[in-house]
Amino acid sequence: MTELEKIAAGAVERALKSGATDAECTISEGEEFSSNVRMGDLATVKEAGSRGAGIRVLVGQRTGSSYTSDLSREGIEKMVAAALELAKITSEDPYAGLPEREDLGQISGDLQLYDDSIARMEADWKVEQARQAEKVALAFDPRISNSEGASFDSHLSGRVFANSRGFVGSYRTSSCGLSVVPVAKENGSMERDYWFTSARTASKLESPELVGRRAAERAIRRLNARKVATQKAPIIFEPRTARALLGDIFDAVNGSAVYRHASFLAGKLGEKIASDALTVIDDPTLPGLFGTCPFDDEGVASRRTMVIENGVLKSYLLNTYSGRKLGLKSTGSAARGITGNAGVGPGNFFTPAGTKTPEQLIAGIRSGLYVTELIGGGGNAVTGDYSSGAAGLWIENGELAYPVSEITIAGNLKQMLMDIEHVGSDLEFRGSIASPTLLIREMTISGQ
Amino acid sequence: MSLSQSFFAERFGVTERDLETYLGDALSAGGDYADLYFEYLATTSIGIDEQIVKSATEGVTLGVGVRVISGDRTGYAYSDDLTPEKIRKAAKVAACIAKGPASIVKTGFELAQRHDLYPMVKAPNELGLAERVELVKRADQAARAYDPRVFQVQATYADNLRQVMVATSDGRLSVDRQPMARMSVMVLARDGDGPPQHGYSGGGGRVTLDFFLNEKTPEYFAREAARQAIVQLGAIDAPAGETTVVLGPGWPGILLHEAVGHGLEADFNRKNTSAFSGRIGQQVASPLCTVIDDGTIGSRRGSLNVDDEGVPTRKNVLIENGILRNYMQDQLSSRVMKSTPSGNGRRESYQHIPMPRMTNTYMLAGQSDPEEIVRSVSKGLYCATFGGGQVDITSGNFVFSATESYLIEDGKLTRPVRGASLIGNGPEALKYVSMVGNDLKLDEGIGICGKEGQSVPVGVGIPTVKIDRMTVGGTNA
Repeated sequence: MTELEKIAAGAVERALKSGATDAECTISEGEEFSSNVRMGDLATVKEAGSRGAGIRVLVGQRTGSSYTSDLSREGIEKMVAAALELAKITSEDPYAGLPEREDLGQISGDLQLYDDSIARMEADWKVEQARQAEKVALAFDPRISNSEGASFDSHLSGRVFANSRGFVGSYRTSSCGLSVVPVAKENGSMERDYWFTSARTASKLESPELVGRRAAERAIRRLNARKVATQKAPIIFEPRTARALLGDIFDAVNGSAVYRHASFLAGKLGEKIASDALTVIDDPTLPGLFGTCPFDDEGVASRRTMVIENGVLKSYLLNTYSGRKLGLKSTGSAARGITGNAGVGPGNFFTPAGTKTPEQLIAGIRSGLYVTELIGGGGNAVTGDYSSGAAGLWIENGELAYPVSEITIAGNLKQMLMDIEHVGSDLEFRGSIASPTLLIREMTISGQ
Repeated sequence: MSLSQSFFAERFGVTERDLETYLGDALSAGGDYADLYFEYLATTSIGIDEQIVKSATEGVTLGVGVRVISGDRTGYAYSDDLTPEKIRKAAKVAACIAKGPASIVKTGFELAQRHDLYPMVKAPNELGLAERVELVKRADQAARAYDPRVFQVQATYADNLRQVMVATSDGRLSVDRQPMARMSVMVLARDGDGPPQHGYSGGGGRVTLDFFLNEKTPEYFAREAARQAIVQLGAIDAPAGETTVVLGPGWPGILLHEAVGHGLEADFNRKNTSAFSGRIGQQVASPLCTVIDDGTIGSRRGSLNVDDEGVPTRKNVLIENGILRNYMQDQLSSRVMKSTPSGNGRRESYQHIPMPRMTNTYMLAGQSDPEEIVRSVSKGLYCATFGGGQVDITSGNFVFSATESYLIEDGKLTRPVRGASLIGNGPEALKYVSMVGNDLKLDEGIGICGKEGQSVPVGVGIPTVKIDRMTVGGTNA
């Protein structure tokens, strides 16, 4: 066992000796580096590391939790004592408890979560990537004469989990990312946009040239935006905004919301809840991605879950607790910080790519909205009501015609899911939730 | 209080000499300024769900952040270990931002002035756990008792106590003890087997448990959450398009936070990336609007005795009778802009670099009777409660989400409508303010503001306000 695994297992053991009937301990450690360059000059460098431990104990069916940043023997002892003290004041919960032994485990094989190259990157090289991305963005067009800057960040982290049913596991992750935020200005119109790339290994990053150019193109095309008339129209979500819609779907299949009836998808298992075009999968086993992990935050092995298949709701995403409440098995979707009762989180939660390119989807629209930014608002998982600020480009006769902003788009997720007509071919994983371009038949646009 | 009586001296033996050493390390490669931010945070939270007290959590984190400013550059490092070796190591990492001979650290510290905005008899964590459990149980019962259609209640009580100490290379030293407590209640209600609706309420501030026993009880928040859920059961589709909007008093002040507040933070204006950049002295709102950011209101959620850079908070006028007067400053921006810090330098924790942030942002009361404001509208929307909001600083476009609103028809509130986002443009929206009520109200104390990945508690407030034109994002076109 590593040093941290020993500390975690030791904390669990101490809890049992002190009167807990079950216990689980999480330790996380991280090192972060971030740098920011603005207008060609270095603006910020930050570099540091930290650790934290958390424990959750059960005394019969009562639970208590605590955490600390002090991993010394004394710190861990205090943490365990605090959790046991708290277990005295909570209620008996018949559904509380750790996963069954047979559900514990982890998937084997190289998940490509950690790459040494990130630990070896020189600070100067990282700063230079940011400088280069910003330089390209600033040189792209004379209308780009200002910038919020460019950043290069890297993170190394470790996560350890141990429980009183014999599970001890740990994994390390690495990641790095480059982003730039240019500001475009013309005729009193000022707009910013961004582009970013991130990966678990430096070799998979997009080049600074590409990041700079994309960010600049995006900022420029927003200039002199109009506010369109209030109307109903087809909407195309580009991947960056479609991802937010997938996030709304995640909220509705989250087992913690489902057992409380706080989701419009509660009670709909096996039913047709979306158009045939929509399939949604959660797969934390895909190597090298941001939602990948060998086991979830309760020590349950990661697995692929078909959530929505050709419009039919196949599964919710469940941790042990929400599974028990619904009479179902955990899907290995437990998520938490370092302490407390586990919630539910996404692995790699995505819609598989369709066949049509975004250009083909746009070409099929006579008059509609191509959404490139969502701001504020979003979906209400309880009712499905959806309303969000938006900006993007107006589609006229199958082509992107002019930028629009200061509008909202609204509908109800129940209908929106049924109205997904097409899924684009452009799936990319830029986070743990990912989607290709999505085309929705009709939503309400509020403008002038 | 002197350093020797402070939390960090008593608990960790930190001396003035230590602080000078660390600051000396921080400026060992030059630089204009350095500071240390020591933080010890103890938190407790208790939650009830389905009438079961399902969760109770306590925790402690501590650490120190070291910052070096050199021109407009910032170097930052932190340590979660307060041993001298670890702090000195962090200081030397932060020092790398400067490239030159060492700068001089002033020897000896002067204890900075500070307010006394949240006196405490007892620290929150000195009070019993059982008393806190009672609060969430009372909330659960009160929400269920409000109406038989209420079928789910989640209530959370959370408090924390933050000990902070800031020491700067120009010889300022400040210490503070910052309490925070918050109760929140979430309710679901439904008619028979109909679709559920959601209601939410909460509040608190830089207070302790006593506040919830004596001033704003769990029943107060629970009934409010239940009331909102019940109102939503009768809601119709929200309108779509431009209309006249009346904001109710209190939490709808989030409009100010999004529409003008963020755009007036000095970091964006130093970089000329805000829609408000270069507009000091210009008309950015109707003459009826005076907007204040005030970190000095007793016990409020956004208040601080000293900001997170050790500067006493202030009452700052942002917009006076519609004219833009001031930006909100921190150390770095005020140095670059040759201005002075305004007590708005804030950070989420020792792991974060300070930024200019809001404290409690509100609009001064006007002359109009709130009822008269509603009566003056023939067709429009009255927004009583909001969820959250967001702003694009550069274009100035902002969104805020109304969770409880009513149609106004012929001067009267008629039907409740479903939740909807409202969108506007910061430097334009407040120009359409045509009436300001005499009923200024501050919010209940639940605001969390996010900026560049850092969350800090804030307050907002507003009187009843009529805005002649705003875009409402409903579905009823």
